[in-house]
This record gives sequence, C-alpha cells and structure tokens, in this order.
Amino acid sequence: MEKDFDIVDHTADVGIVAYGANISEAFVNAARALFSLITDLDDIAEILHRDIKLTAPDQESLLVKWLNELIYLFDTEGIIFKRFDITQLNSTRLKARSYGEKVDSSKHALKTGVKAATYHMLKVDKDNGCKVRVLFDI
Amino acid sequence: MPAPWQEILNKIDDYRWEIPQSYKEGMLVPGLIFADELMLSHIWEEQVFQQVANVAFLPGIVGRSLAMPDIHWGYGFPIGGVAAIRVKDGVISPGGVGFDINCGVRLLRTNLTEDEVKPKIEQLVAELFVNVPSGVGSEGKIRVNKRELDEVLTKGSPWIIEKGYGEAEDIVVTEEEGCMQGANPDKVSSKAKKRGTPQLGTLGSGNHFLEVEIVDEIYDQNAATAMGINEIGQVLVLIHTGSRGFGHQVCTDYVALLGEAVKKYGINLPDRQLACAPIKSPEGQDYLQAMSCAANYAWTNRQCIAHWARECFIKVFSKSQRELGMEQVYDVCHNMAKIEEHTIEGKKETLCVHRKGATRAFPAGHPDVPNIYKNIGQPVLIPGDMGRCSYVAVGTEISMKESFGSTCHGAGRMQSRSAAKRSLRGADVAQALADRGITVKAGSIASLAEEASQAYKDVNEVVNVTQMAGISRKVIRAVPLGVIKG
Repeated sequence: MEKDFDIVDHTADVGIVAYGANISEAFVNAARALFSLITDLDDIAEILHRDIKLTAPDQESLLVKWLNELIYLFDTEGIIFKRFDITQLNSTRLKARSYGEKVDSSKHALKTGVKAATYHMLKVDKDNGCKVRVLFDI
Repeated sequence: MPAPWQEILNKIDDYRWEIPQSYKEGMLVPGLIFADELMLSHIWEEQVFQQVANVAFLPGIVGRSLAMPDIHWGYGFPIGGVAAIRVKDGVISPGGVGFDINCGVRLLRTNLTEDEVKPKIEQLVAELFVNVPSGVGSEGKIRVNKRELDEVLTKGSPWIIEKGYGEAEDIVVTEEEGCMQGANPDKVSSKAKKRGTPQLGTLGSGNHFLEVEIVDEIYDQNAATAMGINEIGQVLVLIHTGSRGFGHQVCTDYVALLGEAVKKYGINLPDRQLACAPIKSPEGQDYLQAMSCAANYAWTNRQCIAHWARECFIKVFSKSQRELGMEQVYDVCHNMAKIEEHTIEGKKETLCVHRKGATRAFPAGHPDVPNIYKNIGQPVLIPGDMGRCSYVAVGTEISMKESFGSTCHGAGRMQSRSAAKRSLRGADVAQALADRGITVKAGSIASLAEEASQAYKDVNEVVNVTQMAGISRKVIRAVPLGVIKG
C-alpha cells in the first residue's frame, strides 16, 4: 500500500480514509490520520504510552469508539500519539498500546481541535485490502 | 437546461422551497428550505437535500423538516436544521443538537464610539487575547472542584455571577435565564466531567471568536434603542463559543448509547448519526438531563468570557463598568433541543424543538421574551465571518407560525477547511484584514485561512432571506474592528 491515509474534504468538517493490508493496519492508520489533523506527526516523539481496551456492538462502532478514546486522551491529558500497536481486534473488541508524548508548545504547532469522530458516512470495507472512512467534527 | 433541484423542489415563493414527502421513502413529513435560487444551486451541490429528508424520518416529527438559509452539509442533521418533534410519542436525537451543545452567541453593548476605540484597538485586542484563553488545548483560569462543577452543571450562569463574574442583570437577558431546569450531573459520564473541568472559561478553536465591532447600519431604531444601541459608530462586543470538551463528550457518549436504543425501540433511520430514543424513554430522559448540564456549562463559559472582556475594557479605557455602559444585550444558543409549546393546525402541542445551527426567534409578547424586549421580540444574534459583518435581528409572528420560532444562526460554510487552506495562506488573510483596519490575533495564524470570508456564504444574503421570508427582522448590522480567535 503506497499511502496510509487520505484527508477528505467536507464543507464544515474533515473526513479521513485510512488503508491497511488488514483491519488492524487500517485502524492504526485512521488513528495516525486523526493526529495528523491535530499536529505534524513527524514532530511527535515516543516518550510515553497508554493502554486502551474497548468493546462495542459492531466493528464500525468500535472504530468510532477507538478514535473518540484517543481524542479524549488528547483533550484531558494533552497527549499526542504517533504509533499504535493493536494487539487484539475483532468485530467487538479492541486492545492497543499507543505511543506518543505530551504537547509541548515550543515544539508542537497545534493545527485543529477535533471535537469527535461521528457515525456519518462511516464505513469499514474489507474487500481488496482494508479501507475505513470516518468523518470528524472539528 | 433547468437546474437538477428544479425537478425536485416545489417552489412556494421566492424564499420557500418544499422537498415533497415523496422525495425519499420513509419521510414522515415534507422538508422546507428557506433560500433564494442562487443559494439553492450551492445547497444542491452539497446534497443537503438528502440530510433534510433524512431528518424527516424521525418518529413524531411535525410540520416540516426545516432548513435555514445558512444550511450546509453536517453529519446526520444538516447544520442550519430545525426539527420539531412531539413529546408524547416522538424522539430526541443528540445528533440534532450537535457536539457543541449550546454553542451560542452573547452580545455586550458599550457607550464607546469607533473614534474612541480605534486608536487603542491593538492594545485592546492584545489585552483580550491574554485574558480570554483560546486555541486548541487551552485551559481556563478558573479552577472548579468536583462539587463546584456540579453546581455549574445544575445552576448555570447565575451560579458564577454569584461568585462575582458578571451582573445580576445579565441573567434576564440570557436565553432560559442561563439555566436549563432538570439538569442532572448523575447522567453525565466521568469522562465528560474530566474533559470539561479544565476547559471552563475558554473560547476554544475553530470558528469560535471574540469580536469588537462597530454598528454600521440601523434598520429599526425603536428596537435598537430598546437594546441600548443608539447610533452608528457605537462599539459592541460579540462572543461566540459553547460547551467545549464537556459538551463534545456528552454528545459522543449519548450518540453511542442511543445507537443501541434505536435497535431496542425498533426505529428506522437512514443515517447512524441520527441516533435517537423516545423522549419519554429512560434513555431519552437521560440525554435531556445530560444535555441540560452541557447547556448550563456553556452559559457559564460565556459568562466568564464576558466578565473578562469587561475587565479588559475597564483596564484599557481607565473607566468604570458603569461609565463604559457594558451591559449585556442578549445571549442565544444555536445548538439545542428544547421543550416548547407551539400551535399546530390550531391545536397546542408540546414539542421538542431541535435547533442545530439555528437560533430561537420568539416574537414580541411571547412569555419567554424578557420584559425589556416584550414589545420588540427576542433579540437574535447572527455572527458573520470575521471579515464581513454580523447582524442583530428580532423574532417575529411568522417565525412562530412557520419555523417553530427559529431563524438562521450565521453565515454558513461554503468551502471546506482544507480547500480554504489550499487557496489562501493564514498570513495573507491576516494582512488583508489589517489592510481593512481589522486587528486580528489568533492562536494559530495558519488556521486563519480556514475562517476567511471566502470560505463562508455572504451573511448579508443569508439574513436577507430570513428578512424577506419574514422569520426574523433586521435591527442593526455591525462590522468588525478587532477579533481574537483560537
């Protein structure tokens, strides 16, 4: 796969499409796309990590919940993430360790505040490699 | 060749266009768009017709699924959408309120004129920028503990006024007097509380702002005078923000919870973001109580910011608040669901009116309009983009009859944020504003491009439609002199 994700235009908000050879990779790239909206991924160092365990009724909900959990950690702890190890992922359960650091205003330029991941236009597509689509409210 | 929308819409008059119920199977009522022909061609490109039609699926919806002229593509509900739903057998939808619950606008008047403020605008904007925390990830100067946060959530802005942040007079000129009754902090997740605690008293980012502006047109002197606006050149202060991460988390939590309720109650929806539950169900009531907490948080937030804005003026102009005459004109919400009485086909009904990117616009004489405005109608505050202008209007009898007492909320985006950034640089936008005598200070200069005038519909055209349709009536227009943005 040549690229990890695309940013998709939407009048008021921003959509992303993330790709992967498997569903875990697509979930990882969706998370990377999220943090690329907030700041420059290259500026983030892997200094700390957070473990995330989630359950949801279906895989699309799980994707929204995963991204909303990362937004929550950014908003409450000021952590920006760049690397994600998903150790378990099926249609209802996700386990992951996310690596990043706390925002340092001398080093990180914050671009966009992301309010939430939405269910609008949400899609998890597993044909021909994996592809997921999410719209964020910003 | 006729435009594609001409085959779909029934033209009622130049400013009213109906989406027939037959447009999409499952619509319970028709849709109605307030717009002129020029706007419709843009609305069509955005496919918001689909979203207006989707809202018409919500059980219990009455009248029509409405779209104000600043309508644009949202998620689930369109932004600029109004849906009135019967309380007795209908639903409530967090997506019909939005993530920024009780995002809204507050307007302060002053006795100052352009001539007095212009020479000091740089200093004033710098002072405001320091004293009103703004930008992505900003934290407030207020520290509330757990018990105090619960007080904010249940009591709203009157609670913080008691602590010295503002005047008792501010309360009566705030929608709902700054407090939704029935707010219950037990229905709010600990996550929302953790997200909201450090952000109280912050402007935020995106399209939120604080603007120092000058009155440049007066359309209705009588109504303007009632609002303390007497002359062209008078200086006003406009604040636009909402419930910050607190409201975002409440919405996030309840969209997920109500997604399950949709299955439980067997509701048929064309978009998952429209997740809802019967208003009378435990899930619906829980959301209403949590949403009310977020609404109270937002009013408290705008109250803090208004207080600091007053302090900045006092410092920069070395005058007392009384001398400055910095009274509040009004505070409106534009992302809310409220239980209201309306007359449907001659019969009184209790409805849950969802306004997402729409402003309440009650007419003169309505019991919810404060006494000082009872002869003119409820003030409606309509911010434009930072380069153009903003309006103050009042609600009308027509809005009560046709739009469940609602009108537009702003200019409405036309261009996506990334498209705006591709075509403009933040520094150029700042320079262009400076060339026109507008001082801007922003947390991120790059993000200024996203909020440039070119990205928005012309608010003059939007307000013109509401005026011609009669759902609100113009009182004054103001142009920006200084702006702070996140």
